[in-house]
Order: sequence, then structure tokens, then C-alpha cells
Amino acid sequence: MIDVLLRYGPRLLDGLLTTLEIVALAIVVGAVLSLPVALARLSPNRVLNGAAISYTTFFRGTPLLAQTFLVYYGAGSFRPFLQDVGLWWFFRDAFNCVVLTFALNTAAYQAEILRGAISGLAKGQFEAAKALGLGPVVTMRKVILPQALIVALRPYGNEIILMIKGSAVASVVTVFDLMGATRLAFSRTFDFSIYIYAAVLYLALVEILRRVWNVLERRLTRHLKPATG
Amino acid sequence: MGHLLSLLSFGPDGWGDELLAGLVVTIELAVATVPFGLVLGFLVALAKINRNWALSALGEAYTTVFRGLPELLTLFIIYYGGQILLQKLIGLFGDVVVEVNSFVAGMFALGMVFAAYSSEAFVGAFRAIGRGQFEAGDALGLSRLVTWRLIVLPQLVRLALPAIANLWLVLLKDTSLVSVIALPDLLRQTNIAVGVTKQPFFFFAVACLIYLVLSIVSSIGISAIERRLGRGFGAAR
Repeated sequence: MIDVLLRYGPRLLDGLLTTLEIVALAIVVGAVLSLPVALARLSPNRVLNGAAISYTTFFRGTPLLAQTFLVYYGAGSFRPFLQDVGLWWFFRDAFNCVVLTFALNTAAYQAEILRGAISGLAKGQFEAAKALGLGPVVTMRKVILPQALIVALRPYGNEIILMIKGSAVASVVTVFDLMGATRLAFSRTFDFSIYIYAAVLYLALVEILRRVWNVLERRLTRHLKPATG
Repeated sequence: MGHLLSLLSFGPDGWGDELLAGLVVTIELAVATVPFGLVLGFLVALAKINRNWALSALGEAYTTVFRGLPELLTLFIIYYGGQILLQKLIGLFGDVVVEVNSFVAGMFALGMVFAAYSSEAFVGAFRAIGRGQFEAGDALGLSRLVTWRLIVLPQLVRLALPAIANLWLVLLKDTSLVSVIALPDLLRQTNIAVGVTKQPFFFFAVACLIYLVLSIVSSIGISAIERRLGRGFGAAR
């Protein structure tokens, strides 16, 4: 049992780093992508609105694993084209495909979180910004988003946790994330305890994130609490 | 395009019947998981609201673990762990090689995750009902069991339903994970079709669309049920 840990422990930690890398990249890229989607969803323009609804419905209504297959194996269907436009190197690598799929997926969820937070703000906020003569970009950046992000903080934390858990799917398309390293170690040793170690690592990851998020939330909402003492 | 669509035909040349068979397995797995997940979730919820601190701590621990683990890892733990456990148990009596059925393993693993989330929904609903309902039951001279059955449970179902409906949508998608342990569900059959036809994008896109239709049909059904349960409570949500 200790043998296995000595032998495969470093691999598991490597896998853990890969998992963190995938999740961090996917969440950040997804956050950037989610902003236009959320704005399109809130826009009065029927075409933009419809496109945003289709996007979020597709990515929230289908399994992450199927999406990953669609991008990673599906890219093979367009290989000549991708080679022509010089993008094949990107899709050839499972890691890139996984990050791309996860980013597209989380963008759909993050867009819904953002949309909910923005539409929850009072109309007066937009009107006040207008009365001050602020442009739409400044209104968004200085007035709307800082308030919306506080409302969205908790759902964002949940989304990151879902992404950490969902990222285990990467192991199915040969990425050696924590799950992938665990499966490799198990297939070589048939030592079941390796799955328990992986479980502990995942639980620790989720628990740390949860606590960090609690601290972050307390800090960011200081000004909303009644003064004590 | 015509060539691609003919791949979906039913019969020996097309994959339509294989995909349909996979879809049936996917739906069967999801439907079989719900009762198990609901009953277990309800028991976990009862443990969590119990005055006995050891019992409630156990319930909380269960939720923390199965909400924190990746579903895929839970599945492997149940699948391989179950295999080892059964092997040891049966090994006491004879030398037989045991193989755990992937459908049963999937049902257990997804059901345990479903229970972790649904127990939260039950606890939330239970807290919203309030002690007065139990006291009213006592005042009417109803036994604890009858109070639960006739007064508390009907309200609990209505309050917990939106969260549970959401879990059903998540469950439908999570069934695809069981394809990794070779259950011939929709995604697994799609994989096989891709292996033979070398048309990955087309087939995975079709699979995604089928899952999407499942989700959309479920959402419509859920709204209908919620409207029905919300009768008499003013505007339906």
C-alpha cells in the first residue's frame, strides 16, 4: 500500500497539477467568452438573443463527455481543412481540446450566472449611469459588473467546483489529469487504494476552494453588513 | 450529406437501430437510478435533521463526500470496489471470477450522487414546512406516521420538486459517464458507430442532439408537473 504511494504518488501530484491547469484555463477563458454571451442574452436584438439561447441550451443540455468527444474526435473529420488553415496542431493535442471544450461549456453556465446577476440589478443603476453621461462600456465596467459580481460570487464558486469534478472526464480522452494518472496507476497495480488517494485529493481540492470562497465572500461583502462594535 | 444521413437508417447498413437501443439503455439507467437515489436521499435527509448529533454528522459527511467527488471517480470506486468486495465475499465459498454488471454499478454510483444532492433538497423543503404542521397533526390526534404521510410528505414533495427536477436533468447527462465502463448506452453505441464508419463529428453531433432533445422534453414535462403540483398556490412559478 505504501509502495504504491511511493511509486505513483509523484504521478498523482503531476496529475493534480494538470487538473488545476485545465480548470484554471477553462474557467478564465470561459469567463471571457461568457461576457458577450450574457450581453447577447440580455440584448433586445432577436437574432443575438436567439443565438445566445441556442448556445447556452446546447452546452447545458448535453453531457460534457459527449461534447469532449465531439471536439476531440470530431476535429478528425475536418483534418484536411484544419491542416490548411494551420490549426491542426491545436486539435491534435487532447489537452488543448479538453481545455477548449471545458471553456465553451463553462462559458454557457457562467453566461447564465452573469445574466441572472445583471438582470437582478435595479433599473435605476442603468438610468443613473446614463444620467451621468457614462458610455455603455464604462457603465458596464464601473457600475454594473462590480455589483453583479457580488451577486454572482457564490454561483461562480459552485461552477468552479463543478468544473473541478467535471474535469475528470479529460482522462477518457487520454489526458493524464488526476483521474487519468489514477486510472493508469490502477491499471498497472490493481491496487484499489489508489482510487481512495485520488478521492482524498479531489475532496481536499473542493474543500479548500469552498473555504477560500467563504473568505472571499465575507471580504467582498463587508460594506453590506451592518457595522458591529 | 445524403450519404451521412443514410448512416442513420435502420437495418444492417445503418446505425439508427443501434443508437436507438443505446438511447433506451440511457433512459432505463436514468429511470432506474431515480427511485434508489430518492429513497437514499430521503434517508440521508432524515439523518441530517435528526437530533442525534452522530447521525446528523454522518448525513453531512455523506453529502460532503459524494458532492465533492467527481462522478466518474465515484463510478470507478463503486465498479472496481464492488468487484473486489464481491470477489472477497464469494471467494469465501468458492473460486469464481466475479464481474460487476456495469448497469448495476452505474445505477449505484449515480444513485449515491443523486442522493447526496437530493438530501439537501429534502432538508431545505423540510425546514420550510415548519413545526406547526407536526403540532397540528398532534392536535388532531394523528400518529407520527400518519402525520408524515398525510401532512408533511405532500408538502415536502411540492417544495423539493424544483431542485429534484434539476437533478434529473443532471442525471440524464451523467448517465453518459457509464459508457466509460462499457455500458452500451447512447454514447457507447455512438463510439462504436464512429469506430466503424470513421465519421466522428457527424455521429457525436447526432448523439449531442439526442441528449439535447431528451433535456428539452424533460424540461417541458417538469414544467407540466410543477404546474400541476402548484395548483391552489396562486400563480404557478
